[in-house]
Amino acid sequence: MANFKVNGVQQNLDIEPDMPLLWVIRDELGMTGTKFGCGIASCGACTVHVNGMAVRSCVTPVSSVEGQEVTTIEGLASVAAGANPSAPDLSAVPLSAVPLSAVPLSAVQQAWIDHQVPQCGYCQSGMIMAVSSMLAANPNPSDADIDSSITNVCRCGSYPRVRKAIRSLAIA
Amino acid sequence: MKISRRRFLFTTALVGGGVLIGYSATRPSKHRRANAELAKGGEHYVTSFLKIEPDNTVTVYVPHSEMGQGVHTSLPMMAADELDANWELVKMEQAPAIDLFANGDLIKGFAGEFGIPGFLMGLVNVSAVKVAEIMNLQTTGGSSSVRYTGEVAMRTAGAAARHMLIECAAARWGVAADECTAQLSYVHHNASGRTLSYGELAADAALLEPPENTVLKDPSQFTIMGKAISRFDIPAKVDGSAFYGIDAQPEGMLYAAIRFAPVFGTKLVSVDAGDILSRRGIKRIVELEDSVAVVADSYWRASEALKLLKSEFETSDNDSTSSADIFAGFDQSLADSNGSKDIEEGDTEGALESAADVIEGNYRVPYLAHAAMEPMNCTVYIHDDIAEVWTSTQDALGIKGRVASIAGLAEEDAIFHHSYLGGGFGRRLPFNWNVIDHATLIAKQFDVPVKTVLSREDDMQQDYYRPAVASNFKAAFDGAGNVQAWHNRFTGPIQTPGASHIPYTIANKSIRVVDGDTHVPIAAWRSVDHSQQTFFTESFIDEIAHRSGKNPYQFRMDLLGDHPRHRKVLEVAAEAAGYGRNLPEGHALGIAVQQSFGSIVAEVAEVSMGADNQPIIHKVTCAIDCGWVVNPDTVEAQVESGIIYGLTAALYGEITIENGRVAQNNFPDYKMVRMATAPEIEVHIVASGEALGGLGEPSTPPIAAAVTNAIYILTGQRVRELPIKNTDFSRTTPVARV
Repeated sequence: MANFKVNGVQQNLDIEPDMPLLWVIRDELGMTGTKFGCGIASCGACTVHVNGMAVRSCVTPVSSVEGQEVTTIEGLASVAAGANPSAPDLSAVPLSAVPLSAVPLSAVQQAWIDHQVPQCGYCQSGMIMAVSSMLAANPNPSDADIDSSITNVCRCGSYPRVRKAIRSLAIA
Repeated sequence: MKISRRRFLFTTALVGGGVLIGYSATRPSKHRRANAELAKGGEHYVTSFLKIEPDNTVTVYVPHSEMGQGVHTSLPMMAADELDANWELVKMEQAPAIDLFANGDLIKGFAGEFGIPGFLMGLVNVSAVKVAEIMNLQTTGGSSSVRYTGEVAMRTAGAAARHMLIECAAARWGVAADECTAQLSYVHHNASGRTLSYGELAADAALLEPPENTVLKDPSQFTIMGKAISRFDIPAKVDGSAFYGIDAQPEGMLYAAIRFAPVFGTKLVSVDAGDILSRRGIKRIVELEDSVAVVADSYWRASEALKLLKSEFETSDNDSTSSADIFAGFDQSLADSNGSKDIEEGDTEGALESAADVIEGNYRVPYLAHAAMEPMNCTVYIHDDIAEVWTSTQDALGIKGRVASIAGLAEEDAIFHHSYLGGGFGRRLPFNWNVIDHATLIAKQFDVPVKTVLSREDDMQQDYYRPAVASNFKAAFDGAGNVQAWHNRFTGPIQTPGASHIPYTIANKSIRVVDGDTHVPIAAWRSVDHSQQTFFTESFIDEIAHRSGKNPYQFRMDLLGDHPRHRKVLEVAAEAAGYGRNLPEGHALGIAVQQSFGSIVAEVAEVSMGADNQPIIHKVTCAIDCGWVVNPDTVEAQVESGIIYGLTAALYGEITIENGRVAQNNFPDYKMVRMATAPEIEVHIVASGEALGGLGEPSTPPIAAAVTNAIYILTGQRVRELPIKNTDFSRTTPVARV
């Protein structure tokens, strides 16, 4: 039995202890905002927070988050706002979905809109989770800090905009 | 543009008083009938480009896939601007995958005017069967959506709708139409101060025939186009709600993990499943002709079980083939054959024979994978004589037909569920169907939906690759050091005619292509042949410039007398990059220019050599002439994107063949540019007012040569093989700055 919280909701799941957190979130809980990219912690598309720290969920066995607080992209805004939402039902999200959450977006998510960062968008859940974690620990990162902290792959090459968006948050 | 607009327009009344204004690429009668039927049924997701409803909202139906290029926003901008709509009242909807939205005829019509888009060229020439197939596609590729659908259909539909709405208002008021104006979704009669909303007029407009002649706006009249409008798709991409093909989870779905024949074209011989069927969640082993799949109630369970499954594939003649063999074959082909003509101008052989000096440069580039962030996947549910399919694709309609044919159904019995694409880059174009085919074959064996997902390793090893190419050059100089002849032989096939041509004035040119076929499957890769050919031609012209003792920028400008648009982008990029001014110690600028997909792009790369003797790309300054601009923010984003994509390929990208199979597995051995290695990028838009150029691809081609041309100045080492990482720069010395 795996027992942990996802976006504030307690989960008690009868699953193998070595199932990676990524697949627990996607296939067992049906929350698809967290993406599969490489399966070996290389690209960062699967980044989630465990107790606020960014981890690459594709190589994180679910047993290692026993009793911990997991936050996914779907819960980022709520957690930032201190709310305690129920898990969103993503099974029937239309293509041009409106933002899920009734609470305002987090500052990072808003900066991503303001700077029109995403292109295909597939890597951006992980990118936003990584940046959110970095900024929580280091609110005013240097370029070198950004380079060493944010190692996610974006095939659309949104890097210049990611940097601009981070800088806008750091200044603010 | 000579395409008749009138014959393509049609209107349909909507239940509840709205109007649809459609633009048909085929026979309007067919569309009108279909629309009428659908409208009668109260169906509002109907089949046109533009819908105006009584509440004054405008819905624009976009038939193209959104893969980050912004088409779901730029096409509505084009329609809404011509309509004089209030952008706040404009909505976007993905057009359904039905043949009324097929753009094959549109492409064919456009091709008559401007040439067939490069990404389809190889296909169009293959056979009549393929031409027929192409005409039934709903393709997004070739940097074509805004140029074809936008320019030809969206703007026309918007302008026609505006015209009709004004006619209707004038009729109601009993005034002349030319006394009325349209603005922000209202028609005004200024003399009397009366106004009516488009929504109030829509039902009347549905009764009108579209205008004979539709006059499009002059750019000075644009109210929406030319503005940096925020993209419709971005909010869903920051909160996890954006839906990609891989996110499909229809009720009762199972998951398939698949192992393909590692050597392309070989077949499965045997499978030893051991006791994996007793593992938790495992449902079935599916053996296919060239692959084996494990189907389970979770993807992880399926893929873990697959790792334990033993399989044997047949041997083939290619089992020992390596990249070295393939390039040796290319060299042999280049040595044995003079190839077939691409360009012959003047007397190149004669010029070479009488030359005072000849230089040679033999170039090559490896295969490349697309490596889109979303691994290839496809979910298929065959039930009740229908087939439902979820997959991220650049061609929804083609997928529908493909899945239906494999499922043994008629195309109309397939239902396509749209999604965003987690990257396309050519991988998700028509005919690159291996994953679709296999997913459908697997799902045929189940009465529940099955989602087939490729691991990153399989995504990399079962791609359709950018072709490896070898390209050999000679240049002849006269006694005064002026270049007299350009001699180029390269391995094919040509996927993009013209990619190997050069804009430079050289009296004698001979460009020919020889056979380059191998067992490795190939396809379009972002910018298609331009990415390889521009590296070759813009490097060798740089060699010629240095041999001539000229500054590479000035040398290009001098030979571009016939190409003022090329000169302009070079000038803008060079000026902005500080070309000719003092640079930080150890930095150099490399320059390159290329026209592709209707846009002309010059890039200047500022480079230094790092402590590891590999280049550091500090900044790329780019000037693009894409004619005019629909959404400047999208232009900038696409240019940045294309440069990073091309830079990854130039610095690191190589798919090598060992023992007949792809040697690379995942991002560690197929390395990517990331934050730390991404340069600053500065984009300058040169608005020439010429026809709209493409944006998804044209910034990719010049970057490799821009970087290697800078490296030459820094090291004296001419990089003639990509990726750059394979060149040893440890014992090099800078050349004198010219």
